[in-house]
Amino acid sequence: MAKIGVFTCWCGENIARNVDVQAVSEAISKLPGVACSENYKYMCSEPGQTLIADKIKELGLTGVVVASCSPHMHLKTFRKTVELAGVNPYLVEMANIREQCSWVHNDKPVATAKAIELIGMAVAKVRRNAALEPIKVPVTKRALVIGAGVAGIQAALDLAAGGVEVILVEREPSVGGKMAGLSETFPTLDCSQCILTPRMVEVGQHPNIKLMTYSEVEKVDGYVGNFKVTVRKKARYVDITKCTGCGSCWNACPKKGKIPNSFDYGLGNRGAIYIPFPQAVPARPTIDADNCIRIQNMAKGKELCGICSKQCAAQAINFHDQDELVEFDVGAIVVATGYKLYSIGKEQENPNIKGYGEYGYGKYKDVVDSLQFERIISASGPTGGEPKRPSDGATPKTIVFIQCTGSRDNAKGITYCSKICCMYTAKHTMLFKHKVHDGTAHVFYMDIRSGGKMYDEFVRRAIEQDGAQYHRGRVSKIEKVTVDGQTKYRCYGADTLAGTPCVVDADMVVLACAMVPSTGVKSLAQKLSVGYNEYGFLSESHPKLRPVETNAAGVFVCGACQGPKDIPETVAQASAAAGKALIMLSQPFLTREPEIATVDEKLCAACGACVKACPYKAISIEEIRDRKGNLVKMTSRVNPGLCMGCGTCVAVCPSKSVDLIGFTDDQVYAQIESLLD
Amino acid sequence: MEKPNDPRARVEELAQTKLSDCYQCGKCTAGCPRGADMDLPPTRMMRAAQLGQIEEASKADSIWRCLSCLTCSARCPKSVNVSGVVDALRQIAVETNSVSPKSAKIIGFQKAFLRNVRRNGRTNEVEMASDFEIRYFFRRFDVMNVVNTGLLGPKMIARGKMHFAIGSPVKDKALVKRIFDKCKVEL
Repeated sequence: MAKIGVFTCWCGENIARNVDVQAVSEAISKLPGVACSENYKYMCSEPGQTLIADKIKELGLTGVVVASCSPHMHLKTFRKTVELAGVNPYLVEMANIREQCSWVHNDKPVATAKAIELIGMAVAKVRRNAALEPIKVPVTKRALVIGAGVAGIQAALDLAAGGVEVILVEREPSVGGKMAGLSETFPTLDCSQCILTPRMVEVGQHPNIKLMTYSEVEKVDGYVGNFKVTVRKKARYVDITKCTGCGSCWNACPKKGKIPNSFDYGLGNRGAIYIPFPQAVPARPTIDADNCIRIQNMAKGKELCGICSKQCAAQAINFHDQDELVEFDVGAIVVATGYKLYSIGKEQENPNIKGYGEYGYGKYKDVVDSLQFERIISASGPTGGEPKRPSDGATPKTIVFIQCTGSRDNAKGITYCSKICCMYTAKHTMLFKHKVHDGTAHVFYMDIRSGGKMYDEFVRRAIEQDGAQYHRGRVSKIEKVTVDGQTKYRCYGADTLAGTPCVVDADMVVLACAMVPSTGVKSLAQKLSVGYNEYGFLSESHPKLRPVETNAAGVFVCGACQGPKDIPETVAQASAAAGKALIMLSQPFLTREPEIATVDEKLCAACGACVKACPYKAISIEEIRDRKGNLVKMTSRVNPGLCMGCGTCVAVCPSKSVDLIGFTDDQVYAQIESLLD
Repeated sequence: MEKPNDPRARVEELAQTKLSDCYQCGKCTAGCPRGADMDLPPTRMMRAAQLGQIEEASKADSIWRCLSCLTCSARCPKSVNVSGVVDALRQIAVETNSVSPKSAKIIGFQKAFLRNVRRNGRTNEVEMASDFEIRYFFRRFDVMNVVNTGLLGPKMIARGKMHFAIGSPVKDKALVKRIFDKCKVEL
């Protein structure tokens, strides 16, 4: 005989204002199986919890219903209460009479009747609840960090400091990401290289970090605590264990200075064997096979060039190098793949996004994007930090900065604000003014978004001290014109505060482009079963309460792959992701909620509908064999480590052989029937 | 919530666009070839319309300066039909007889153009110019204007901007009449 205790909460006035709690208690006490029906002002408080515990001991309750707020809020609280009182925590049900009742109804009698029905449903369900035990899964104490920009570096260093072995995978030949190419950083104007390069070196030297540059994640199998990751080490043609980084090879390469360096966004040049920048980690070269004379002619059976190899005293160069697949077991994965800039020209990867033909990017050399401008004013850049315009190397006296290029432009396909452009554009105007004292920076903006510590002061400084001319308005078109024999870029803008058009003849134009997720992030997200939005930014579990977790257990996100953000925020989020991963990896084993799908293997026809429907790849088709090894039948089987308990498989199963523990058909139908009585 | 008889609703219906979409970025004014000499440049016109100041906006001179080049609508990041709003305001101005006095000449020119097209099915430039100038003269009795435009005519013909040749009228005049009847143009 079931002995169910029902505890109805007033939630101060939150519930009691619209629900007659006393009447509810009395009505519920008449339901079959209800041994006691109590109410109290704050059921989650110490006296409230004591009331529950006392009743359990006094009456020997076999099930508990707490009618209060959302289970998201307090299910854990009440599970703990009953567990301490000696009852299995899965014998607690909550009826949400706050969010789903008192908060959304004004009519007290109606709300009271609804509360009684909601609690009645919970009573019907708890009568059929079974005692459950949390699932225990082992943990591999090793983490994978994907992407070695500032986010990945921070996450890897924090994880390593926590005593966890880290595999840091980076697609480019060097760690550092976008930040390594920046000039100075807002709002303090400290040099990006000075703050990042020591971290890069640390990552390269840390005994707990295994650095894999020029590598990409190929495949991810397994589940939380027990991932199996395959990493593709791309052919580098240089054995970095032998190489000393002396530089004889890249100085001797006949293609030296002839190939656009992607690290400088095409503004500077490199050779076919190169290091992207002098402070690269590892400071070992890579051969760009597409441009190497030797490798390109090998297929034709010719042995040309090979000068780098002849120069190499360490004999580290191997022209026959091949891609290599390496497998690892890891317990947690941190994704830090970062961003790239929206491509301003007409060519777009995403068919929903259009380019800005009217700004002439790609056609006019002196119309550059903001990352190119970072290289132009960076001390490590192709001009050594001297502001020179790309077309003729002249020092620009007037620069027009156009904000919101791509961002907040529905017609071009990106509706979001890229968040950091207001700040770095203010920084650009300052750095330009500090280098060209008689220069003028004009900024066309829509709104200045400078929320952050010392951020608004920074923008005001650009305007008040460094004389940046800010015009509130967008630029409609850029035209190349010749004024007094000089090439100028005529920007047809507007000053909406003056209410008039505003035309500026600039020597150079810098477009503050929208941030978009880096190339290939969607396919990586699919490998990891992590969600993403229409632009490809990865989805966190909860925007406020679980900002670095994802819906795939054991996979964490940080940095600009999750959404546009600046360096301080990225570093904070990276440390948060590392912290969350460390919490997970520090457990001897992981406990997971037992509310997962289970297959009745006798009934299952192995049709595979659930396998296709499962968003977490938790179900597979397995063979059942007898002792002699003969195949008895095929069946689908749920991996308890991967299943998130979403119930999609239950809905699609044609033979009703899948059920969700804790939410069985029996329990759900009982709830519905209680409504029909 | 829009109140009943909100003048904005009429503009939105005529222009087939949503006024609240505009976020006042100024790109329409920036690209407008007439923006510099407008009393109410496109961005301000949009703002006036957003605030429901339709009467004031329809009295503006600038809606008659607009060349209908559609650069504003084409480049609008929010895909607002700015030139459609201009057209809507023009229609409201004519309906409510609130055309800016400065723009009377522009309307006179447009009416002369339409009369000419209604008569011939296409424009006859010399005929149209004469029609326009004669009517304008009888309104203002401005002799200098007649002299000045009279001197401009030969120059334009010499540069090929205006043509003496009187083209043949279109054959299907009934069709032209049907178009004008359908548009209910009063000239």
